[in-house]
Amino acid sequence: MAYTEQEVLAGLAEIVAEETGLPVDTITAEKSFVDDLDIDSLSIMTIVTHAEDKFDVTIPDDAAKDFNLVGDAVNFIVGAQA
Amino acid sequence: MTSLKPSEGPAYSRIYSFGARRGENVVTNDDIAGPINSSDEWIRQRTGIVTRRRGTAEETVIDLAVDAAKQAIERAGIDPQEIGAVIMSTVTYFHQTPSAAAIVADKIGANPAAAFDISAACAGYTYGIAQADGLVRAGTAKYVLVIGAEKMSDFIDPEDRSISFLLGDGAGAVVVGPSETPGISKTIWGSDGSRADAIYQTHGWDQLRENPELGWPTLRQDGPSVFKWASFKMAGYATQAIEAAGLTPEDIQVFAPHQANMRIIDQLIKQIHLPESVVVGRDIADTGNTSAASIPLAIDRLLQEGQAKSGDLCLQIGFGAGLVYAAQVVVLP
Repeated sequence: MAYTEQEVLAGLAEIVAEETGLPVDTITAEKSFVDDLDIDSLSIMTIVTHAEDKFDVTIPDDAAKDFNLVGDAVNFIVGAQA
Repeated sequence: MTSLKPSEGPAYSRIYSFGARRGENVVTNDDIAGPINSSDEWIRQRTGIVTRRRGTAEETVIDLAVDAAKQAIERAGIDPQEIGAVIMSTVTYFHQTPSAAAIVADKIGANPAAAFDISAACAGYTYGIAQADGLVRAGTAKYVLVIGAEKMSDFIDPEDRSISFLLGDGAGAVVVGPSETPGISKTIWGSDGSRADAIYQTHGWDQLRENPELGWPTLRQDGPSVFKWASFKMAGYATQAIEAAGLTPEDIQVFAPHQANMRIIDQLIKQIHLPESVVVGRDIADTGNTSAASIPLAIDRLLQEGQAKSGDLCLQIGFGAGLVYAAQVVVLP
């Protein structure tokens, strides 16, 4: 099943909210994980792992390390869907 | 036709005792934060570490191992001459040969026990337990002494933000011997050498000889990748170990993972679905990451402080450079 960009963003926001306790509606595509949401590289890996399960995609560690904005992760997941 | 007589041993093995020895110095986050442009707050939040133990210049990895071993032997109530094998897991003994284990065996009165070192990084203790279990049940050794001993401070780079600030010095030792009831479950273990670059020594002794300007080698790790592997992939192997022991997560009373990072420990508890009642080894907060020594040090502390009791079912899982991992469930002595 291919998720739309909106669906991926919504699903990813839920994962981020669950991991960080941040309100879901504060997690938007233009936000930076580190600078805006104060999410460090270890938490990003947790978020990425949950996203892999939720969207049934593989996100290589090297790709995850390039996720600056939430939108970067969304774009990768959308593109990684078979 | 002449037939061969195989080795025969007891049906089961168990752990008889733990022994522990930490480096003398207590090193705070403030002591080391400067050169890595960090802070006590960042280190605590990132790793859960408040202090780490480091040995003095005079304390060698052999000294740490001997002290832990002697304590384990005394607590086991056995004569060191009854020890059939000494296994020492370490990555910080800087002689190719002779083995540290042979020297330790002689110093603790276990000469002429079989003695060998193993290199399995932070899985070294659980690798050692797997071997000890097999040796005892095969009748190859009556008692086996397993030691995880490290002087990681001999390997650190004070300016490295990837791993050095986590590391501590210490040794944990365990006596494994025959049992009338199961005391050690089937080990779930393995490796993934395709990820040898995840945690590594910067250069070998041969490279140092060719290029002295490289300086003393040190350790590096890809922290986020290792965190992901340890927190999630290891949960799968831990679950397999629980199932292989004929148990469910609810049966686990004590959880003693390698003390790599407090956040890995917390994630593992969640991913393995361990009960809220489980007692967890969190020695990393005060001792740091002591590689092969970390699990036996953590368990010994739980026992000494009374949080874990004799007879408790303990899930222990080690994981580290290789990458390698090993997990089993044991009955605590």
